[in-house]
Amino acid sequence: MRVGVVTFPGTLDDQDAARAVSIAGGEPVALWHGDDDLKGVDAVVLPGGFSYGDYLRCGAISRFAPVMTSLVPAAEGGLPVLGICNGFQILCESHLLPGALTRNDSLHFICRDQRLRIERTDTMWTSDFTDGQEIVIPLKNGEGCYVADDAVLDELEGEGRIIARYLEVNPNGSRRDIAGISNARGNVVGLMPHPEHAVEALTGPSVDGLGFFTSVLTSVVNA
Amino acid sequence: MARVVVDVFLKPEILDPQGRAVQGALGRLGMEGVRDVRQGKQFVIDLEGDLAGDRAKLMEKLAGELLSNPVIEDFTMRVEA
Repeated sequence: MRVGVVTFPGTLDDQDAARAVSIAGGEPVALWHGDDDLKGVDAVVLPGGFSYGDYLRCGAISRFAPVMTSLVPAAEGGLPVLGICNGFQILCESHLLPGALTRNDSLHFICRDQRLRIERTDTMWTSDFTDGQEIVIPLKNGEGCYVADDAVLDELEGEGRIIARYLEVNPNGSRRDIAGISNARGNVVGLMPHPEHAVEALTGPSVDGLGFFTSVLTSVVNA
Repeated sequence: MARVVVDVFLKPEILDPQGRAVQGALGRLGMEGVRDVRQGKQFVIDLEGDLAGDRAKLMEKLAGELLSNPVIEDFTMRVEA
């Protein structure tokens, strides 16, 4: 089970994402932004960071990177893709997920351990959680405020595509406390907080993040 | 030579926290009656040759796809000779 982890110029969390894949029992495969070869991987993680310096808009330039010209059609064809933080922004800019991430309503960069509720467990990235499970993983973003128009938000709610919501505090002003969403098929998931930083007791607030990475291993084996 | 100027602003219904912060600062500095502030971006693009036909269409397309995100932003584009 091989999981690609894409590195763009300015990506920060690719090493942690690769490590999370390993701890979950998968084989991480480094993918490069400038290469459209997906190396036959079974799933892809777009990790967090500040790709292309967040210039223009977060994820706006990454969307046009060579690796994305292969990844977008593959994702539309069912390849599991998880975008974390900057990766979520890239998925929205690529129109694989609806809506957009804008500047936190407080204007502050927020870094905290964040409680979430998992609200959909039939996606390829959340199947190892239980419905309504509460988890705590790190959140760190300056532009994590999820916005979409009411029609899109109603559609996401109606189709059960809000996979996680913020609990206790909405850290960035996201509409309807949205922390993560999926596409209709459930293979593409975007998440603003960072599960890859919560996979080991030594360095994380929990090991709750591991569930995302074990889920995709199970999903691909069963697919 | 053509100069293309593209202005990009968040759509009116999208919260603009930067604009709001600037509005607060204007008030603190004595500017009374500031009803709203929206902060945007301006791109000034100098091109060799004229902008016409397919080239103009491509520029307009890229203003909508790269320079702005239609989900949250509106743009206006004008060409200065």
